[in-house]
Amino acid sequence: MSGSIATVLLAMLAGSLRVSTPFLFVSLGECLTEKSGRINLGNEGVLVLGAMVAYATSYETGSPWAGVAAAALAGLLLGGLHGEVCSLAKVNDVAMGIAIMLAGTGIAFFFGKPYVQPSATLLPGIPFGFWSASPQVRNALLVCPLFLVGIAAAIGLHWCFNATRAGLRIRIVGDSQDAALALGLPIDRTRFIATACGSALAGIGGAFLSLYYPGSWNEGLSSGQGLMAVALVVFSRWNPINCIYASLLFGAAGALGPSLQTVGITWGYYLFYAAPYVVTLVVLIITARGGRSLRGMPGQLSIGR
Amino acid sequence: MPATPPTHTGISRRTLLQGTAGVAGLAAAGLSAHPAKAAKDLVAGFIYVGPKDDYGYNQAHAEAAAMLKKMPGIKVVEEEKVPETDDVSKTMESMIKLDGATLLFPTSFGYFDPYMLKTAAKYKDIQFRHCGGLWTDKNPMNTGSYFGYIGMCQYLNGIAAAHATKTKKIGFIAAKPIPQVLININSFALGARSVDPSITTTVIFTGEWSMPVKEAEAANSLADQGIDVLTCHVDGPKVIMETAERRGIYACGYHADQSKLAPKGYLTGAEWNWITVYKQFIADEQGAKPLPNFVRGGLAQNFVKMSPFGPALSEAGRKNVTAVKAEIVKGGFAVFKGPMKDNKGNVVIPAGKSYPETAVELESQNYLVEGVNGAIA
Repeated sequence: MSGSIATVLLAMLAGSLRVSTPFLFVSLGECLTEKSGRINLGNEGVLVLGAMVAYATSYETGSPWAGVAAAALAGLLLGGLHGEVCSLAKVNDVAMGIAIMLAGTGIAFFFGKPYVQPSATLLPGIPFGFWSASPQVRNALLVCPLFLVGIAAAIGLHWCFNATRAGLRIRIVGDSQDAALALGLPIDRTRFIATACGSALAGIGGAFLSLYYPGSWNEGLSSGQGLMAVALVVFSRWNPINCIYASLLFGAAGALGPSLQTVGITWGYYLFYAAPYVVTLVVLIITARGGRSLRGMPGQLSIGR
Repeated sequence: MPATPPTHTGISRRTLLQGTAGVAGLAAAGLSAHPAKAAKDLVAGFIYVGPKDDYGYNQAHAEAAAMLKKMPGIKVVEEEKVPETDDVSKTMESMIKLDGATLLFPTSFGYFDPYMLKTAAKYKDIQFRHCGGLWTDKNPMNTGSYFGYIGMCQYLNGIAAAHATKTKKIGFIAAKPIPQVLININSFALGARSVDPSITTTVIFTGEWSMPVKEAEAANSLADQGIDVLTCHVDGPKVIMETAERRGIYACGYHADQSKLAPKGYLTGAEWNWITVYKQFIADEQGAKPLPNFVRGGLAQNFVKMSPFGPALSEAGRKNVTAVKAEIVKGGFAVFKGPMKDNKGNVVIPAGKSYPETAVELESQNYLVEGVNGAIA
């Protein structure tokens, strides 16, 4: 029995390292965009487009890192479109985000058709498990470099928000439009840059899906990770460091279903597959008690106004 | 369409359609005046639930449709990624009205009831044949269903797996616990146990027909447990085959040939061979013979086939698979024969009873056999 528990725990560790990266990138991107006072629901579309562009570029050039760069660029462009349109008067960013989501997936499916069959060069993993003789541990600790990039991006973003002039400006624009106007800050430009850069991060999340895990391009690749990431941002209270924990927790909870079945706990697998969502609900309820639900939320977000 | 329709303003879509249909009819009548040119082309419509290059269920149908396209006297129209909703009714209507299709193949399980049945009641002179086993004689006579006994191929997969496994643990990634999936899991396990009764099969249900991240997660958890041969029953096995290859374990394919995805570890695979079925239907339609309503076939009828052996399968394994396949093709071979217990110890088939592939009892299978680790609910 203790062997089974160890197996499940190892699988959850491995799962959190493998599955969390797309959540991490999209939630970081969304966090950046929302800090500037705008919501981008289009990141689901950006994720799918990024996955397709990365896979196609890697296949055509043979370089997976070129694929990652292309995915970031595709995200930058699509996010830029969202940012630009939303800066027009009376444009609702939630509705526009849904349009961007549909456009992103549509473009990806249309141009991605020829890349469903071929196998592209994938990103290499870094073998942090080299010290172990157990193939399970070795495999669990085979970490994608993008995961480390994501951690670094989270720390960098956190530092940027708290210790730099640019971060302060983003926060002012996001928290109080009046204060930003009084200070003479370029509101639209700030939001445009935050939205475009946020989507570039989401695009990299897509590259992880197609170039590392599960490591292939097809139309069912994203199962709503981009939308879940919006919830994760709320969950992590608009704090990039918390985004890391939220993504890891979500990944680990997602690994619970399959690993329990392999060790012989076979009842209620539908229930265990719902674990990530249950965890999200529970954490939201716990952290929101006592009327603290809006703590950390940028004041200018359209859902809060 | 052979002629450009009149384009003056104010014409409604309906008149436009009638107009073109009329012109098409005239053109066809003109053609039939020259018997050497053959009669009007038969138009057959194929509808797929997913992308037709998914290395899986839909690709198996699309490959057959592509072969039909090359045959004379037939025109194939296709639409992919049609959801199992009212959308499929619209697709069928547009194939009938715009493309002139007279024979339709909605290939996904959920298209049957109510979408195909309702459309069939509306268009009584159009023939509908659905992939699956759902047709009964209460349904309209211009509908029908066809299916293949692919469980036998999973039995052969199991034999190949038994020859390749070193840990005596093999795995099956399944979508949903419905009878057709359970037959495949049980056949795979029984095939392996026919070689070595100590082999166990671990099954993981993902709960969805297509969910790449969860399928990869399942394949990794199985590999972590020391399972060294994988097969599956999901719509697109691509991710599972690639994950198995990356983990350095063996894989048996399903639906279509996936050997390209796992060049080192692919042992063999259970494939559909739908071209046999489609050719039969089309020959009957062209010969103005009534189409059968209920069509079934297995390895002997060429409805299903095995992938070519991969390099990882030993000579002994190849011989064993080939020998058992020859037995199956002879007919009367029963994978499910008593006495047989399920994995909870209950007797599910009493001694002396045996069910060959054609037995209807198998279609309500609701258990996992002895030697399978897993549960249905």
